[in-house]
Amino acid sequence: MQIAIASGKGGTGKTTVAVNLLLAVGSMVPSTRPEEIVFLDCDVEAPNAHIFLKPTLKETDQVGLRQPKVDETKCTHCGTCAKVCAFNAIAVLGQKVIVFPELCHGCGSCTYNCPEGAIHEVFYPTGKLEWGTVYVNRHPMKFGQGILNIGEAMASPVIKTLKRKGIAKANDSLTLLDAPPGNACPVVETMRGTDFVLLVTEPTPFGLHDLRTAVQVARDELHIPVGVVINRDGVGDKSVDAFCNEANIPILMRIPLERRIAEAYAEGISILEVFPEYHRRFVELYQQIHAIVHNNKGGSRA
Amino acid sequence: MNKDPKQVVILSGKGGTGKTSVAASLAHLAAQDLSLSIADADVDASNLDLVLHPQRIEEHAFKSGLLAHIDPQRCISCGQCYEACRFDAIIPGFKGAPYKVDPVACEGCNACLYQCPVNAITSSEPEAGLWFYSQTPYGPLYHAHLFAGAENSGKLVTLVKQQARLKALDDQRPLVLIDGPPGIGCPVISSVSGADLALLVVEPTLSGAHDLKRVLQTTLHFGVKTLALINKADLSQKQCQEIEAFCQSQDIPVIARIPYNTLVTEAMVQGQPITAYSEGSAIAQALHGVWSTIKTYLNL
Repeated sequence: MQIAIASGKGGTGKTTVAVNLLLAVGSMVPSTRPEEIVFLDCDVEAPNAHIFLKPTLKETDQVGLRQPKVDETKCTHCGTCAKVCAFNAIAVLGQKVIVFPELCHGCGSCTYNCPEGAIHEVFYPTGKLEWGTVYVNRHPMKFGQGILNIGEAMASPVIKTLKRKGIAKANDSLTLLDAPPGNACPVVETMRGTDFVLLVTEPTPFGLHDLRTAVQVARDELHIPVGVVINRDGVGDKSVDAFCNEANIPILMRIPLERRIAEAYAEGISILEVFPEYHRRFVELYQQIHAIVHNNKGGSRA
Repeated sequence: MNKDPKQVVILSGKGGTGKTSVAASLAHLAAQDLSLSIADADVDASNLDLVLHPQRIEEHAFKSGLLAHIDPQRCISCGQCYEACRFDAIIPGFKGAPYKVDPVACEGCNACLYQCPVNAITSSEPEAGLWFYSQTPYGPLYHAHLFAGAENSGKLVTLVKQQARLKALDDQRPLVLIDGPPGIGCPVISSVSGADLALLVVEPTLSGAHDLKRVLQTTLHFGVKTLALINKADLSQKQCQEIEAFCQSQDIPVIARIPYNTLVTEAMVQGQPITAYSEGSAIAQALHGVWSTIKTYLNL
C-alpha cells in the first residue's frame, strides 16, 4: 500500500503527520505490522522529514537528465534539433548550436531526429537521492529523500527517480510519501500511482482554499481515494468541516491547536515523544486508511 | 522617461510560515505611503485574494505546454511512440488496440509525434489556468489560478509578475509587491528573477532554518539582495538565536521578530490584513517596522 501525504497549502503539518504515522506503524507488533515499511520525502525543494526521523544516511545517488551534446564535426547546422524541441532548449545560430540546460526536459527529441546522428546524450545532474534507515524499537525501516540542486527548476524528475528506486516491493508493505506543498506537477508526480492520499489541512480560509484544489488533483484528476486530517483544530472557523461533509470526504483525525506540539516541532521532536497517547491514534489512522483502500479495491473488482 | 519600479518578493522555502499574511500587511501599509501594484506568484495555491478582497476586472485564459493526442483511426499499434516516450505517458493498446496518451503524464515534448510512422499523433496547447487583473483597496492585483495538477507554473508566475510590472510602469507606481510560492524550484526561480529585494519569512523551527538555507542559496544564486524576518518568534528562543546567528554569518539582516498570536488567524478569517484588523497589536507594530526598513533599503 502506498499513502501520499499532501495538503495544498504549505505548513499545515504534512511532515508531522507522515513522520508520526511512520513511527506509530513501525512500533506495531510484528504480526500486525506491514512486512516492509518505507518512507520517501518527496518534498525535494525543502525536505524536512530527516530532521525528525534522524535516519543514518549512507548511500547517495545522482539524479539528472540526459541532455544533448552536439558533435560539431558531424553537425551541418540544418536546424532540425531546434525545430523539434518543444522547450526552446536548443538553438542553431549560424555555425553554432547552443544548448540551454535549464530549459531542457531531457526528452530526447533532438537526438532522435538529428539527420546526421550528430547528437549524443550526456548526464546533467539536477539533484540527488539519499538513502538510509530509521529504527523504531530496533525494527529497521527504509528512508529515502530527494534533494533538488539549488537553481534547478524541475523537481518532478527527482521525485520520479526517488519513487522508482524507493517504493516498497513486498506484497505486505507500506510506503509513505511526504509530498511538497502546492497543487502543481511535483504534487501530481508524488501522488501518481498511490493507493490513498491523506490531505492535512488547517481549519482556515487559506487551508480550505488550497484543500479544495488538492482534492481536485487527487480525487478528480487521479481518481485516488482521499481522507483529511485537520491539524490545529480549534483555530479559525468551521468551513473545512462543512466542505468535507458536503464533498463526502472522511475526516480521519483531528489534532488540536496545542502549543506544546508546536514547540516540540520547533526542536525536531515528534508528537509521539511528547504525547505518547497519540501512538494509538496514529495506529487507528493507519487502520482506517487500510480499511478504505481494501474496501475500495474489493469494490472495484466486483 | 518612467523610472523602473522596484520589485520586492516575499519567500520562505518552507510553506506556511506566513508569507501571505506578511504580504497582505505590507500591501496595506505601503498603500498609505505610495502607489503600488501587487502580484500573487503562488499560482497553484493562491490565497492573497482572500484577504485583499479584489474586484475582478479582467479574466484571461493561460495556455501553456503541449499535450499529445493519438488518432485511434490511424494508429497501427507499432509501439514506436511508446519506445520514444521518456515520461511513461504512452499507454500501449491491448492486443493490437490503438495506443493512448496519459494526459497527466504527458510532458508535451512531441518526441512521440516525430517518431510516429503514420502521422497519427498531433499535439495541442491545452488551457492550463486563468489569470486575473483585479482592483483592491491597496492597488491593482495580478493573480492566477493554475488548474489542478497543471504544469508550467513558472511561466504563469512570469506572466503575472510581468503584468504587475507593466502596470506599475504605466501608472508610475514605484513598487511591485510579489507574494511568492514556497520551495526553491521553478515557480520560485520565476518569482526571484528581476527582483530588487527578497524578504524571507522564516519560522524559528529546525525545518524553517533548514529551508531558509536552501531559499537563501537560491536568492543569492540569482544575485538578489535578501532580508529576513522571523515570524512566530516566541515559539522557540533557541531556534531564533540560531537563525539570527546564521543570518549574521551570511550578512543577511534580520529586520524583525514577529510574535506568535492567533490574532493573525482571526484576521485571516475576517479577510483582513492583520495591520488593518488590529492596528495597535504588537504584530502590527512589528510590521510597521518591516515596511519602513524596506522603504529605506529601496530608497522609496
